[in-house]
Amino acid sequence: MPPALSNSSTEATPAAGPDDVLNSAYIDVRQFNFWYGAKHAIQNVSMQIPEKQVTALIGPSGCGKSTLLRNMNRMNDLIDGVRHEGDILLDGTSLYDPSVEVISLRKRVGMVFQKSNPFAKSIYENVIFSLRVAGRNKKAELDEVVERSLKGAALWDEVKDRLNESAYGLSGGQMQRLCIARAIANRPQILLMDEPCAALDPIATLKIEDLIQDLKKEFTIVIVTHNMHQATRCSDRTAFFYLGELIEYDQTGVIFNTPRESKTEAYISGLFS
Amino acid sequence: MADSAAAASLKSKPPQGEAKVWLTGMGLAVGIVMVAVLLGLILVRGTNVFWPKRVTEITLREGSPSGSGVKLGEIMVRQDNVTTGVEEWLVHFGNKSKADPSTSYRYVASGDVLSTRQPQDVMVAERMEYGDAIFYPVRLTTRADGVIEATGPKFRPALEAALKQAESVRQKLYHLERKDIGRISKQLVRLEKEIRIDPSRETANRLEIERLNAAYEKLAEQARGLRAELEKDILTVRLADGEEREQPTGDLIHVYEPNKLGFGGRLALAFKQFFAFLTEDPREANTEGGIFPAIFGTFVMTILMSIVVTPLGVIAAIYLREYARQGTFVRIVRISVNNLAGVPSIVFGVFGLGFFVYTIGHQVDNWFFSSSLPTPTFGTGGIMWASLTLALLTLPVVIVATEEALGAVPRGVREASLACGASKWQTIQRVVLPASAPGILTGVILAMARGAGEVAPLMLVGVVKLAPSLPLDFEPPFIHADRKFMHLGFHIYDVGFQSPDAEAAKPMVFATTLLLIVLVVVMNLTAIIIRNKLRKKYASGTF
Repeated sequence: MPPALSNSSTEATPAAGPDDVLNSAYIDVRQFNFWYGAKHAIQNVSMQIPEKQVTALIGPSGCGKSTLLRNMNRMNDLIDGVRHEGDILLDGTSLYDPSVEVISLRKRVGMVFQKSNPFAKSIYENVIFSLRVAGRNKKAELDEVVERSLKGAALWDEVKDRLNESAYGLSGGQMQRLCIARAIANRPQILLMDEPCAALDPIATLKIEDLIQDLKKEFTIVIVTHNMHQATRCSDRTAFFYLGELIEYDQTGVIFNTPRESKTEAYISGLFS
Repeated sequence: MADSAAAASLKSKPPQGEAKVWLTGMGLAVGIVMVAVLLGLILVRGTNVFWPKRVTEITLREGSPSGSGVKLGEIMVRQDNVTTGVEEWLVHFGNKSKADPSTSYRYVASGDVLSTRQPQDVMVAERMEYGDAIFYPVRLTTRADGVIEATGPKFRPALEAALKQAESVRQKLYHLERKDIGRISKQLVRLEKEIRIDPSRETANRLEIERLNAAYEKLAEQARGLRAELEKDILTVRLADGEEREQPTGDLIHVYEPNKLGFGGRLALAFKQFFAFLTEDPREANTEGGIFPAIFGTFVMTILMSIVVTPLGVIAAIYLREYARQGTFVRIVRISVNNLAGVPSIVFGVFGLGFFVYTIGHQVDNWFFSSSLPTPTFGTGGIMWASLTLALLTLPVVIVATEEALGAVPRGVREASLACGASKWQTIQRVVLPASAPGILTGVILAMARGAGEVAPLMLVGVVKLAPSLPLDFEPPFIHADRKFMHLGFHIYDVGFQSPDAEAAKPMVFATTLLLIVLVVVMNLTAIIIRNKLRKKYASGTF
């Protein structure tokens, strides 16, 4: 995979954040633009995401929130005919720097998808997949990682007796938690979650939300969600996107109680979606 | 009341938009009926071969065109002549001999038959040469027991013992001629070759050759002795018209009395004959004996072909689907691959002959087997070239099926793997390929079915009417990729259309066809079982 051409505008100073937390910006999106062919999916977005907090991206379908999330581990590289301008910095390093290796980047940035997508392997092998592909095969280490990751994903007690059974035997909520366990198995620094509860029932959703609260002690979490209540329940900061633009980005409480922009207010009160 | 009226009107309406269901159902029905008729015909005619028939004594009218007097025969078919409409019987009279080697099957007009009866003491013998003999046994003359009359109680055991004895002598003879004498011939050829390469070894090798020739003479003498032994015990038989013949027991394989056998006896005999058909070598221009070399050749060739075509097709499909930039060129390649499946198979045969046999085979001979030239080793048709040719023929099937299977692996699973830090190749190898294995196996199954049934290209690249040795055996190097081989499909063609005795060959055609179908079904079933196991393992997750 050739490194994407980057015309990173390093001269651009970070846009002034709405509050001072952002001095410790961990993920720094700088005047980022993104095109699918001719479609301008992300328009000049700048935002700073702090470490070890949960940042929710909300907005109606097609507003670019998922696209931005998928750029944070360069998953969009896989799509033909895409192009970007601007830059995303992770802990001060540009993701699009030619020296950045996508594979090691993705080891630092785990991802959980909307539809749970376990592999056709045993539960055990699913969890340690990232270790296997990295060539780490020591049994003792793997056993330890499986236990730690499954406990981290609040799944250990439910599956500890059937680790060698197929992952397809799990329920939908369990599968999604397995995917979370898989994503945190090799201890990434960031966890990207793309509507992780969209296909789950309320009870499974609640479990995942509780889990997110636990995980943020260890990981920086960016979550895309359509569920406004979810954003209020589990995020520290919320960004509202509309038609590819970042409309408003602030503490979750501010966004939902005293939004500055009328579009934000309209969206969170359900006037359009 | 109103409700029931509404319900009635609902019921009385003709089903809308469903009227053409019968059409699709009929298409399926026609297909199933045609396949069932074909399979039924092959099954009935193919198994009928092994069912022992009753022997009838037929008295024919004086001066009838099919001969006159009393005859013994198995009535195979009773039918009306297509042109004259007269009822006629196809009768297997057997008893071909050196003096009269013409067909043993004759049509007899039923009007010419004066009387028929089924005598109890008639006997049928399968012979090494000239097919079956049908006769009344008279007496057995053996060296051990002297003369035993057929009416006595000791006759059957003595005859069976003589047949057993003959069988063991034939075995010995086979080993002597094929193994021992064969080994000496091979050594002789090697020594001669060494002299040609290195003239300085002439004197040493000549001595060795003389020693081997002496050993050969000794073995040949032994073989002559065994042959003479086969001629010593004599079964005297009487034909229906009273003529007595002397039949050496060494020529008989087995005898039975068809009119004395009950259902169980006939069934047992049928199974015995079927087993012999499966396991024995063919005799008499393939019209008698078994077809084991053809079954084995077909099996080995199909397996070799699958071993070649599967990795080749899968790798090609992976590149086409996963790595190649999807554009006009790839589309052209894909269309070409699809069209390759429509190229007549004989064209592949010609290509295999020109490219594999004449070009590559010739080079291989020049490089590695130059000592045995001008006799070609790989420069002539053989099982390896045949398998490669068929692999080429079936490649499109595997490529297309694999491409479909790869395309059906959900994007989400690939992304999940990449998001875990796997490289693209690791993703393909650890996630995509296992998930598409059932689909790939479907392609291999189709390729195997197509390859196993192919005949035309094989005739050019290595199939023969009669192969003296199998492509796999216990002789080093065990796998003889250069050997010519027999194939069930070609066997059907050869027996059915190249045989001197068409009526004798006809049942063999059905039996061979049946076995070819069974072989293909068995190989496919194996692959299907494997596929279903994989499918269960890799069943996609559902909520």
